[in-house]
Amino acid sequence: MRESMEFDVVIVGAGPAGLSTACRLMQQAQQAERDMSVCVVEKGSEVGAHIFSGAVLEPRALTELFPDWEDRGAPLNTPVIGDEIYLFQDAERAKRIPNSFVPKSMHNEGNYVISLGNLTRWLAEQAEGLGVEIFPGFAAAEILYHENGAVKGIATGDMGVSADGSQKGSYMEGMELHAKYTVFSEGCRGHLGKQLLAKYALDDGVDVQHYGIGIKELWDIDPAKHKPGLVVHGAGWPLDKDTNGGSFLYHGENNQVVVGLVVDLSYSNPYLGPFDEFQRMKQHPVFKNTLEGGKRVSYGARAMTKGGLNALPKMCFPGGLLVGCDAGTLNFAKIKGTHTAMKSGMVAAETIFAALQTDDEGGKELNAFTEALNASWLYDELHRSRNFGPAMHKFGTFWGGAFNYVDQNWFKGKLPFTLHDNTPDYAQLKEASECTPIEYPKPDGKISFDKLSSVFLSNTNHEEDQPCHLTLKDESVPVKRNWGLFSGPEARFCPAGVYEFVEDPEKHDMRLQINAQNCLHCKTCDIKDPSQNITWVVPEGTGGPNYPNM
Amino acid sequence: MKILVMVKRVSDPNVMIRVSADNSSVDLNNVKMAINPFCEIAVEEAVRLKEAGIATEVVALSIGGTQSQEQIRTALAMGADRGILIESEGPLESLTVAKLTQKIIEEEQPGLVILGKQSTDTDNSQTGQMLASLMGWAQGTFASKLEISGEKINLTREVDSGLQTLSLSMPAVVTCDLRLNEPRFASLPNIMKAKRKPLDVKAAGDLGVDLTPRIKTLMVETPNERQGGTVLGSVAELVEKLKTEKGVI
Repeated sequence: MRESMEFDVVIVGAGPAGLSTACRLMQQAQQAERDMSVCVVEKGSEVGAHIFSGAVLEPRALTELFPDWEDRGAPLNTPVIGDEIYLFQDAERAKRIPNSFVPKSMHNEGNYVISLGNLTRWLAEQAEGLGVEIFPGFAAAEILYHENGAVKGIATGDMGVSADGSQKGSYMEGMELHAKYTVFSEGCRGHLGKQLLAKYALDDGVDVQHYGIGIKELWDIDPAKHKPGLVVHGAGWPLDKDTNGGSFLYHGENNQVVVGLVVDLSYSNPYLGPFDEFQRMKQHPVFKNTLEGGKRVSYGARAMTKGGLNALPKMCFPGGLLVGCDAGTLNFAKIKGTHTAMKSGMVAAETIFAALQTDDEGGKELNAFTEALNASWLYDELHRSRNFGPAMHKFGTFWGGAFNYVDQNWFKGKLPFTLHDNTPDYAQLKEASECTPIEYPKPDGKISFDKLSSVFLSNTNHEEDQPCHLTLKDESVPVKRNWGLFSGPEARFCPAGVYEFVEDPEKHDMRLQINAQNCLHCKTCDIKDPSQNITWVVPEGTGGPNYPNM
Repeated sequence: MKILVMVKRVSDPNVMIRVSADNSSVDLNNVKMAINPFCEIAVEEAVRLKEAGIATEVVALSIGGTQSQEQIRTALAMGADRGILIESEGPLESLTVAKLTQKIIEEEQPGLVILGKQSTDTDNSQTGQMLASLMGWAQGTFASKLEISGEKINLTREVDSGLQTLSLSMPAVVTCDLRLNEPRFASLPNIMKAKRKPLDVKAAGDLGVDLTPRIKTLMVETPNERQGGTVLGSVAELVEKLKTEKGVI
């Protein structure tokens, strides 16, 4: 029998959504002079260790949560000073798009270039100051249910289990955390969120969810080239016309810039490697000129949920709520998800608090959450940008972009029709025989790099002797189907070199080797595996990247 | 018997560190910090001695900035009873740390002090030895096994030629090697309890120890990047290369 602890609210994941939920709950409890126990579990070794985002922050939700964030020392130190948007034609040429032709949602006045990792670290301090218990290094491994089917809480994973499943000397059994309400804020494609969607059929009747993979690096650059607050976005090359995505370069503080690429996981060519696209992208003069002479500090990758309003599932179920990117509140038209994730967490906290104020025993389905969300600016914002993603999928970067300009600037997102895209990303992959292999240039070790030296900079680390957390439903599928038909796309879409097809001399065939220790917890494999055979489960707590200010 | 166990806040050994742009120090901005792994082994050993009924109280001491409280809380969550932080924001040398610790020992009167054999940031391996000399106590360094019976400690240490067994009289200073034990995971209830355990904060300047640094760091550099190796076909080829290219034989 596992030990258990009782809380009013248990929150899974110390990201912007989860921590905003925690802070808002406590603020209301203090105001009402009511005792409230709130616990946040986080699989990363510390708060911020697994946080990965651009990031340009729109401070709207933060200002609502902490109007005095400036006095409290929130790490918003670099106001955006200007936007540059480029259409990349090829490896040499780029056209700067005049500001007047840019969809309004992509203007950044009043926003800040931040490190989301540092913002969550600050949010965690605020939450702890308000009395929230935060437990980094503890992974929520399992959902617990009441007999009536309502969520009862979560169980943390066992620690000290060896690869063969036996208990090591350091073995510590996981613990049950029971709550009146459990909030799931794991970020994109949370492994528990995925189970909740299926169990309660939360995504019935909405469009299929869509995803992108974001890869970025943090660089120290030549101070002479550093323009704090400059925000650069790009579309086009190196991605071909059938592949959506966009590049970014943000000038932060302390002579640092982040450079990155988002590739829509709806791409069809199995030979495409998002990592390789990103590495060659940096060789474009627009990026290279800034990076040259600088030094790469960190590297990472993370999938993002980008289906928007059309794909937004029901976010309440008996005993709990789903918030932030775990549900999919990112505003793709703005390429921003932090303020919306925070807002969804704050509305969740208000809904839960109101329920608990009426002597609620918990375990109910809080339909009031849906109503409150629909009445908030979050819904309005997502509604205005609902056509942005589908337009890009349907019409491509250029005509999709043109549509979005008209939609966002002339009609303010209020065109009287909605575009849909109901093919799941994994099903978009074409068989290798129908596609042309892509020859990527060799990394030069100065601007572009190989995967292994990159993963090294993510500081990722997993206890070596533990069960593999990348599980296969059928062990024969990777070689038979994924290698046979798709030329082993997992070796290319994984940004960490986790999946490797190697020759098996005994069987005279290929074999899939899974280097789980390299995993960056980006979840791309769980999303893009054309056979949907890979299930990402949570490894032992503290495992995964140790991102600095990412 | 009371045990004093020392914990140091260091950059997490799992993360990359880099030299600051002006080559004056290691840049710790945005770097994840953690308890020194050897200190964690020291805490584990102290807690095991308490669980075995040999020690009555385990006091965790750290010397450093305010944030070192986090590492003391880690020790408390593993089972230490209370913590002391000697707060000092400036850089500290081994001798200063040993002298500050001496002041705490005079106050606390522990029968045994357990430390890590070294910290993974500076790798000096000095504090334990200096502390034993200052106190005039027996010292057992690089312990891989520790047994206490009465006032005697039987200690096995890892030395270059194998294993050496020492018998020490208490009070004594012991520094831990990697193989002494495998530290436990702190459980959730114990982490919560640790937040309520007493933690006393003292200012380093109030303890009557001269904190002036004696060592001046001139420059910090990253080591040269390692050259890639090559696989040779035969021993003869190796000998040839050692003779002609390297000139070592």
